[in-house]
Amino acid sequence: MMDIPVWLAIIVGLLSLIGAVLTLLGCLGLARFDSFYERIHAPTLGTSFGSIAVLLASILYFSVSGQRFAAHEIIILIFVSVTTPVTMMLLARAALYRDRAEGNAIVPRSAGDALENAAAGDDIPQPSSPQ
Amino acid sequence: MSKILPYPLLSLFLLVMWLLLQQSVGLGHILLGALIAILAGRAMAALQPERPRIRKIGKIVELIWLVSLDILRSNIAVARLVIAGKRRDTTSGFLVLPLELRDRSALAVLACIITATPGSAWLEYDAARGSVLIHVLDLVDEQAWVDIIKNTYERLLLEIFQ
Repeated sequence: MMDIPVWLAIIVGLLSLIGAVLTLLGCLGLARFDSFYERIHAPTLGTSFGSIAVLLASILYFSVSGQRFAAHEIIILIFVSVTTPVTMMLLARAALYRDRAEGNAIVPRSAGDALENAAAGDDIPQPSSPQ
Repeated sequence: MSKILPYPLLSLFLLVMWLLLQQSVGLGHILLGALIAILAGRAMAALQPERPRIRKIGKIVELIWLVSLDILRSNIAVARLVIAGKRRDTTSGFLVLPLELRDRSALAVLACIITATPGSAWLEYDAARGSVLIHVLDLVDEQAWVDIIKNTYERLLLEIFQ
């Protein structure tokens, strides 16, 4: 254990705590929300600011205590933020496919069809012609 | 040159990443990293992706800043919803959004931004109509979401990529 200034130790501690609490809340949300589509939102707490806070704490601690230059954390952050959405979109599209196959009314049939229905009443701007 | 290194930036990034992960700039690691970077670049060329054209690099900084602020804000909002649990009075819902963005790389970036932000998830893109299906956890003001996505993110991405 290397020594770091007290004020920095407090910041590092707070950041780790914030990250841990956000990740915990994300897990709680995963258990507490009702539908599948609501549930996919909760774990993003842990993968967005939850991981940013923990990684920031790690960067601060290891850089200041002089053990190593913190580059791993930046790479971890890039990979977490690029790979998580891909997994979530795959899961969500599987759920959409299942719900449409079962004919559940809560799910719009397709992005385009729902748009045409909405355009009749709402003032959502129409897409420009494809280039 | 282009035969060996079809994607020089990608190969360079892979080499730098390799060296960072190994925490060393020894000759052995440079040689091994370079070999992997070259092979990965050629594998990428076999997939024949469209080359992204980035017009304004300065705008990328603005985009990262806006996304960070948005992630922070929506983290707090979603954390509150989780704590409120069953007592929350918000409704979640689907949102269909027409997009002007057609560039595939730009659409991928937008999908990552929307999904990485807690409270909104990109579900499906309809390439024929150029519209996207988004699920929003806290759908109080539909127009506000349309404004955020179309007027900030889509506008910036249009400036960067097209």
